[in-house]
Amino acid sequence: MSLEIAPFIPMLRAQSKVEFLRLLRNPWFSVATIAFPIMFYAFFGLSQAHMPYMNATVGLYLFASFSAYAVTSISLFSFGASVAAERGSGATRLMRAAPLRPLAYFAGKFIASMAFGGLAILLLALFARVAGGVDVSWPVLAMLLVRLLLGSLPFVALGFAVGYLAGFNAAIAVLNLITLPLSFASGLFVPLDQLPQFVQSIGPYLPTYHFGELAWGAVGATSEPWPRAALWLVGYCALFTWIAVRAYYREERKEFS
Amino acid sequence: MSAGTGEDAVLFRGVSKSYGRLLALDAIDLRIPRGESVAILGPNGAGKTTALSLLLGLRRASAGAISVLGGDPRARSVRARIGAMLQSSGLPEYLRVDEALELFRSYYPAPLPIDELLSLAGLDDIAGSRIARLSGGQVQRLYFALALCGDPELLVLDEPTVGLDVEARRSLLATIAAIAERGRTVLMSTHYLEEADAIADRIVVIDRGRIIADGSPRDVKAGVARKRMSFRTRSPLDDARFARDGERYDALTESPESLLRDLFARGIEIDDLTVTGATLEEAFVALTSGEHRHVA
Repeated sequence: MSLEIAPFIPMLRAQSKVEFLRLLRNPWFSVATIAFPIMFYAFFGLSQAHMPYMNATVGLYLFASFSAYAVTSISLFSFGASVAAERGSGATRLMRAAPLRPLAYFAGKFIASMAFGGLAILLLALFARVAGGVDVSWPVLAMLLVRLLLGSLPFVALGFAVGYLAGFNAAIAVLNLITLPLSFASGLFVPLDQLPQFVQSIGPYLPTYHFGELAWGAVGATSEPWPRAALWLVGYCALFTWIAVRAYYREERKEFS
Repeated sequence: MSAGTGEDAVLFRGVSKSYGRLLALDAIDLRIPRGESVAILGPNGAGKTTALSLLLGLRRASAGAISVLGGDPRARSVRARIGAMLQSSGLPEYLRVDEALELFRSYYPAPLPIDELLSLAGLDDIAGSRIARLSGGQVQRLYFALALCGDPELLVLDEPTVGLDVEARRSLLATIAAIAERGRTVLMSTHYLEEADAIADRIVVIDRGRIIADGSPRDVKAGVARKRMSFRTRSPLDDARFARDGERYDALTESPESLLRDLFARGIEIDDLTVTGATLEEAFVALTSGEHRHVA
């Protein structure tokens, strides 16, 4: 007896590969998400890389910051921009007419985005080491990867929400308006205590701030315990998922009923 | 396993679909046995795309029952046996042709080999090209190949030749006809009678959400492929086949040649003769204004 539907694992593998190629072959995306963090690190991080900062160094602290920034922008853009593009081009209809499993579709995007995030962090670590002599140990790197990749879920959900709510061009603008100010106001570019007072008072309520806390904790550059940051992120994840699911069903009612 | 051999490829019973207050399909009954190739012909806005969207499970009927290959097209196991080419569907432009095919092959339990897909759709030479660089005709061929990925029992093509030049259109139609000859059920929508004629064993004409004709290409063509003939003559002509306006006479006919032969045989002098093909739109008007017509 032949199978009625295709096996899951090969479908997931194909879907993940295509999603990864989407990110890799978009030069704008690769530059923005891999080159920018490295460039920012070169500007802000290299000069005082070896100055102590809490239980770490400035070099390590900023490595964690820009890793968090890289994963934030990758998660938001890879989900938000791709969903908006697929809706705009009609690819969504073609995929729905085909027996693609929704789980393979979503998981493929997530795996590709995680792989890209991992790549961005590894390249940043390499740069920090070669250009700044900042030694990121393997256990620290592993801890940072696990925390950031799991902690990216709220941004994945927010990306989906934007992708379902906005057209492609609007989505890009909205995602930029989310990523840059949020990262800045959370101290991912410049430490929070060097920012204006009103930003300092807003920062600790932002998802990116707690995402940063997860990263800083991995390199020993914060005193906040990680469960607190994780709890904040779970809350934001629930909120953004709720918005994304509502946006998804709105689209369903409009296009597929 | 649900893949019996007896059931119809498509069965619509009293299917209606409305978008808000717009009634796009009005109580359609349609039965397509397996192995038939059927063209759904109709002007823009007739309800062709709506009918195909319902059939593909992309939309939900407001009333009536739809069965495709013996099941509900919303079920993944049924969709795995259908191949679809949609209007205005986009592809990831950053992929190469072979990468897109590999992706779609992974969606199906028993996909066709990639080499076979490339040669069936005539894509061998451009397997390694980025989709962004393909011509319109090549893109349509790729969509066609994607529809074939799962070795479908039912192939659904929504206006596959839209936007193609004459050559690309002819070559895609030839490819579709070759697939239909392999015994697959093919259902194609179009607003060109010639295309329907080239592909289908049967033509279903839809207008304003209703089926207004359903029969073999010959029968349907006889019903719609009229010519409008017009001339002037001084000889008084008392003939019910012509509408008269002063010295000008007008007729809608399937064969202007035989009418003319007849006139000349009667020694009637005419001038200022024009013969124009009735457009499909005119033909539809002729069909719709008459009785609900079944030419089968």
